[in-house]
Amino acid sequence: MNIRNQLAANDGRRRLKNQIMCAFLFLAAIVAIAPLVSVFVYVVQRGYQAMSWDFFTQLPAAVGSSGGGMANAITGTMVLVALASLIGVPVGICGGLYLSEFGANSKIASTLRFGVDILASVPSIIVGLFAYAVVVMPMKRPSALAGGFALAILMIPTVARTSEALLKLVPVHIREAGLALGIPRWKVIIFIVLRGSMGAIITGIMLGIARAAGETAPLLLTAAGSQHWSHGLDQPIASLPVQIYTFAISPYDEWQKQAWAGAFVLVLFVFVLNIGTRLIIKRPTIAKD
Amino acid sequence: MGAQELEQSSLLIPEVKSRKKRRDVHAGDRRFFWTLRAVALLILAVLIAIAVQLFLVSLPAIRHFGVGFVFSTDWNPVRNRFGAAAFVYGTVVSSVLAIAIAFPISLGVALFLNELAPRRLASAVGFLVEMLAAIPSVVYGLWGLFVVAPWLRTVFEPMMIRYFGFIPLFQGPPYGVGMFTAGVVLAIMITPTISAISREIFRAVPLSHREAALALGATRWETIRLGVLNSSRLGILGAVILGLGRALGETMAVTMVIGNRKDIALSLFAPAQTMASLLANEYAEASDDLHLSALATVGFLLFLVSFLINSLARFLVWRVESRQKEGAPR
Repeated sequence: MNIRNQLAANDGRRRLKNQIMCAFLFLAAIVAIAPLVSVFVYVVQRGYQAMSWDFFTQLPAAVGSSGGGMANAITGTMVLVALASLIGVPVGICGGLYLSEFGANSKIASTLRFGVDILASVPSIIVGLFAYAVVVMPMKRPSALAGGFALAILMIPTVARTSEALLKLVPVHIREAGLALGIPRWKVIIFIVLRGSMGAIITGIMLGIARAAGETAPLLLTAAGSQHWSHGLDQPIASLPVQIYTFAISPYDEWQKQAWAGAFVLVLFVFVLNIGTRLIIKRPTIAKD
Repeated sequence: MGAQELEQSSLLIPEVKSRKKRRDVHAGDRRFFWTLRAVALLILAVLIAIAVQLFLVSLPAIRHFGVGFVFSTDWNPVRNRFGAAAFVYGTVVSSVLAIAIAFPISLGVALFLNELAPRRLASAVGFLVEMLAAIPSVVYGLWGLFVVAPWLRTVFEPMMIRYFGFIPLFQGPPYGVGMFTAGVVLAIMITPTISAISREIFRAVPLSHREAALALGATRWETIRLGVLNSSRLGILGAVILGLGRALGETMAVTMVIGNRKDIALSLFAPAQTMASLLANEYAEASDDLHLSALATVGFLLFLVSFLINSLARFLVWRVESRQKEGAPR
């Protein structure tokens, strides 16, 4: 009888503990997405308030006067991302191809895989220091080129790892079919594997661009910032993240409003890229066996 | 060597082993292979170049200050005296704070999504958590500065000071911007990292472990504890260390909300400075050679620490995943 009571009490305790812990797990999920909701609501709300057509067409307004925009920063970010893609995309894709096609069991490939992971986790400000020493110092001034160089380094690991992972999804028998026809391996890789998984490659590029577009720290050191139009690739250039930073920490109300508008555009851009990649990956054209 | 590896790595034609056929049938293949490999190795070269270059620039400061560099709190560019202790302290404390906040939450989310939630809900919530990782750091900084910091200053910090003020960590005026705010924002930023990797670790635990626990009459939570958590401790450790690595190097958001003060304050609510935020603040303006070199030393330390931490984490996660791959996947 006594044992029975004890068991019953024990059972109650276990059930209670179960309920408490399950509730905690549920709560954790809510707590985790609360900041996302908050960030999104604030960025959309405050950004939208400060948004106007001028934002996309005008240069930043001087202190004290209202209005103005970030036209130079938006184009600046486009230029920087384009420069970064020029270096980062080919190198990243070559890395991804090498790892997926020749990286099955070689020491060099596994070292490389490790290196790519480490490069992805190097703090972006450190990449900024590197680009500062390699490009800014010899040129004696911050420039769009230096900024593009830094962003390229940050982009490479993302492009390489994504394209590796997705290229590996191409079934082996497709490669075998090509080889069985006597097609050289390089042609099989380029014209069958690579072309067949264009979606994969584009996904990698989009994620790389999303990462590069939002980076701020390395640009502070390499591209600096500017309130004007850029006069050349060897000149300092404005960028959206740096402009947001400069305006956010300024004491002026008007500038802070502009910072929210900038954040709105940046978040929208990054989200569209990220959601776009998901749609591409989910598309059934990429075989999954 | 090259040709041999080319063949070994070809998962496709295992039969091509006889000496005669070892010669490449197509000359283009060899060139293609070496081009790819050369470009791929360029990535490794960049990593090595970063390390070497940072070390070379920091050499003068290391020679000048020696080991004392990391123990001195005296950072004075005007007098050419540099000690990084305050920044090391800021980096360590803000990161640990971030882990302390993010760990239970991200583990909770991961378990909820993998073990409890219905599939539809899990994929929706999982998507939202992943989107947290996509938000640029500068946007977190903006949000932290204008939303989180005011709230902490007016609501949370006064409350903590009132009820826990006897602990030195919670004394002093509520600044809003400071170590604690940085910790909170960092915690939000590393939650997706930790939860994504934990989810992968949990997914690698064989279903039979859970079934065994359930068959013994375990409750849901007991199933999770016995069948899932028990066998994935190492992997979780790896995930946390990976999150730590992200927190250590995070620059912009921290720079915007930590208040940028160059000494050590005991209170968590006081402004501070991290290694990364110091670099963001000073590097572009530094002109003196020793100043630049001292900053590069801080950068080199940061690089070294993040390298070690990430290697350790990769090793842990990779070991767990490769070990559990043998079990039945879910």
